[in-house]
Amino acid sequence: MTIDVAGSSTGTFSARALRLRGFALPVAFALGGCSEGVFDPQGPVASAERTILFNSLGIMLAIVVPTILATLAVAFWFRASNTRARYMPDFHYSGRLEMIVWSIPAMTVMLLGSLCWVGSHELDPRKPLVSAVKPLTVQVVSLDWKWLFIYPEQGIASVNTLTIPAGTPIDFELTSSGVMNSFFVPQLGSQIYTMGLMTTRLKLLADNPGTYEGRSFNFSGDGFSDMHFLVHAVPSDQFTGWVAKTKGVGPALDAQSYAELAKPSQAVEPFTYGSASPGLFETIAMADMPVAGLCHTVSFNVVSPYRTTRLRHGG
Amino acid sequence: MNLLGELSWSAIPFDQPIPLGASVAMILAVLLVLGWITREGYWPYLWREWITSVDHKRIGVMYCVLALVMLLRGFSDAILMRSQQAFAAGGSQGYLPPEHYDQIFSAHGTIMIFFMAMTIMIGLMNFALPLQLGVRDVAFPTLNSVSLWLTASGVLLTNISLVIGEFAKTGWMNYPPLSELQYSPGVGVDYYLWALQISGIGTLMTGINFVTTILKMRAPGMSYMRMPVFCWTALATNLLIVAAFPVLTATFAMLLLDRYLGFHFFTVDAGGNMMMYVNLFWVWGHPEVYILVLPAFGIFSEVIATFSGKPLFGYRSMVAATMAICILSFLVWLHHFFTMGAGADVNGFFGIMSMIIAVPTGVKIFNWLFTMYGGRVRFHVPILWSIGFMITFALGGMTGVLLAMPPADFVLHNSLFLIAHFHNVIIGAVVFGAMAGYNYWFPKAFGFRLEERWGAAAFWCWFVGFYLSFMPLYVVGMMGMTRRMQHYDNLSWRPWLIVAGIGSLVILAGIISQIVQLVVSIRNREALRDVTGDPWNGRTLEWSTPSPPPPWNFAVLPQVTGIDAFWIAKQTHAREAARPQRAAPAQPPDYEPIEVPNNSATGFVTAFFAVVTGFALIWHIWWMVIVGVIGAVATMLVFAWREQEEVEIPAEEVARIDREYHTELAA
Repeated sequence: MTIDVAGSSTGTFSARALRLRGFALPVAFALGGCSEGVFDPQGPVASAERTILFNSLGIMLAIVVPTILATLAVAFWFRASNTRARYMPDFHYSGRLEMIVWSIPAMTVMLLGSLCWVGSHELDPRKPLVSAVKPLTVQVVSLDWKWLFIYPEQGIASVNTLTIPAGTPIDFELTSSGVMNSFFVPQLGSQIYTMGLMTTRLKLLADNPGTYEGRSFNFSGDGFSDMHFLVHAVPSDQFTGWVAKTKGVGPALDAQSYAELAKPSQAVEPFTYGSASPGLFETIAMADMPVAGLCHTVSFNVVSPYRTTRLRHGG
Repeated sequence: MNLLGELSWSAIPFDQPIPLGASVAMILAVLLVLGWITREGYWPYLWREWITSVDHKRIGVMYCVLALVMLLRGFSDAILMRSQQAFAAGGSQGYLPPEHYDQIFSAHGTIMIFFMAMTIMIGLMNFALPLQLGVRDVAFPTLNSVSLWLTASGVLLTNISLVIGEFAKTGWMNYPPLSELQYSPGVGVDYYLWALQISGIGTLMTGINFVTTILKMRAPGMSYMRMPVFCWTALATNLLIVAAFPVLTATFAMLLLDRYLGFHFFTVDAGGNMMMYVNLFWVWGHPEVYILVLPAFGIFSEVIATFSGKPLFGYRSMVAATMAICILSFLVWLHHFFTMGAGADVNGFFGIMSMIIAVPTGVKIFNWLFTMYGGRVRFHVPILWSIGFMITFALGGMTGVLLAMPPADFVLHNSLFLIAHFHNVIIGAVVFGAMAGYNYWFPKAFGFRLEERWGAAAFWCWFVGFYLSFMPLYVVGMMGMTRRMQHYDNLSWRPWLIVAGIGSLVILAGIISQIVQLVVSIRNREALRDVTGDPWNGRTLEWSTPSPPPPWNFAVLPQVTGIDAFWIAKQTHAREAARPQRAAPAQPPDYEPIEVPNNSATGFVTAFFAVVTGFALIWHIWWMVIVGVIGAVATMLVFAWREQEEVEIPAEEVARIDREYHTELAA
């Protein structure tokens, strides 16, 4: 099973799952009556995740709804005042029923469990997306309380606004200046935590040009509510144009201006940096310089069980 | 050196009208109650019969009262949050600035989990467990009183933070590095940590006490497989407490070392690792979910069997399912942070383990269903809560399995979908279970039933209010709204949040109905009086005692011959009575003198010093820390060298009281 990046979002989930999806989708929309966020995926990751979500929902509703109805029916029929209901005061064991009772949830979980195992691997945030287009690297730093996006290949950076080429896989490398945040663009799929002195990785792709909302999904203090940004997915020629227009215009991002930016501030208006000094992200993620009050420490190198890389050099 | 540490007049929120108003209202309410007690001269009675009581039934009632008061506090936080989010859309900032809003959601979570849900479950276990086991008390009665008062200390410290200083602004999970000194220099996090450290010790002692009670003190003939299911769920819960709470205590101790002595367990720099906190927190946190919900499952099992007039269907399955949940609950903690960057194998494993827990839980739902099947279901208030639970919990369980699926969790984590899910299971199971248990055991505790119509009104308001409040949150969660937002720009979320706000008002109507129910029931207590001790035609041993039971519970310890011991006894009795030539009249039972533990002020005095110590530590008043610690240790020493630990009730006295009950029963 692979995720088909270029085309349909359903990938190669089984025909059965497709039928279930046909059942679950209307239910979810009837519930939502809306089309944004997770309801309206705009990339292969988000589409596959919505598919898994709705498939699982469909599989479970097929059991949960009858169970709820049966509960109501049994409670109503066996009400004490109903003389037609048979009273069976000693009915408290039936091997056959017990077997059914254990096997229904067990079989459901076996089905969902395999979906879970396959899905976890297919949609591993670090897994490269299948695409003919060369990925673009974007480095993300969460600060109190704004987002910094660095384009290392282009040598530019932006704050609280992210411009990406549609149809190009984006390799995100993420870290935090201090407290933990979570980087999430619901319409593109998969969020991931940003943590100080650690780098997490995420691959996303926007199928179509458009503007998508992103925000922090992990509470990080007073300015948290304003920690949002717009993702502008543009055709790749427009992206090249945007890079050219941004480059050399406006302030430069270096250690000094980063230290300035790292000071807590709220509801920061989006802006761009005309240049970004190379290696800045690595410096932040490894705290090679005294930023945001971080001190120099002994040199060591730990690969955490989370496979987030954690490197540190002595000062 | 400042004698008051960091404490100064600036700790009191004179310049902030909302907290100041809340503080003044709270202080006035407390003064009003204290004044009323003083005027009526109830202090000696309260001291003798309640505060120093080591009777598990009294302690259970006090736990429940504490929890219900905290429900009011936690719920007022909820109303503030729902109204803030209904207003603060578009450019509006609402009426609560972030520094208040952040404290409110942190306090709401902390209070509801630790001081409402867990406290009421421990209260109900305290009350019912020894009665169901057919014993006279818990294993360590005075320790039980210490546990209660230490929990109350935690409650007191949390509420003091409203008036003096501030509460944590970090969310109830208190994740570092946000909760480290660098990012949270105020006393809020210290209030959180010390309140939970102190009450956590109380909870751990409760766990030890109940595990010992269940394993070592059952009525003659009550083998493990004859224990009521509530006792089984209580055993599982308390094993979880014993295994999980030390982890929480150690984790908080490390964070305290970071904050007080400059250690670096969870800091960003100097080799600290916040991922360790997150792991350790949830190693406690997921079992905690089952610490809350397993006793509720036990209550539903008792209530559904009793009001269906049938034994519980699949007793052995229920026991197996309970113990399976008990063990599995330690193998799923990572599902709280699939988005931290773990590899696909790790995420996949924990996802599947989390789903496996749904199997025993699903079995329970079906078994309750088959318990009603073939029964004669009497729709009293407790079973309304139970059926409401089965419906609500089936939905909540389903959304839980969705969140256990890592790829789905990647888009739902920390969204309002998650908030809707855990309120769905915690309100749907724990709160509904607590309310079922409250209505079910109230007549046993006080000798009269609760009024039914207001009870039903409370149920319907809670039930409808829950759906109105939380179904919209599932939707806005899918629309991309995260938790803990003080304001938001997206106007299409707003209608859903307004509906959720209305839902919280319907729940408020439910809470008011419950208060009215209690008042009306106390007024009409003569009409609602239960003289039989068995108002529901019960099945387990607690219903074989008078309501309220005497301090020693059972005049003569019951002989247990099967599951549903009291039901069997009633059947046997009915058969005997129906025989035309009855054998010689039953011999009067062989009464023996009973030893009852002395009242003890140990719990209350220890807790007093614990509050002093906690408060002093929060404000860095070091001399007071020393006074508090010495006081608490001295109290324990005085208790350890006590002269007389028990009073003996003579056999004649026991016989007289028991005969009175049986005469009343025959009349």
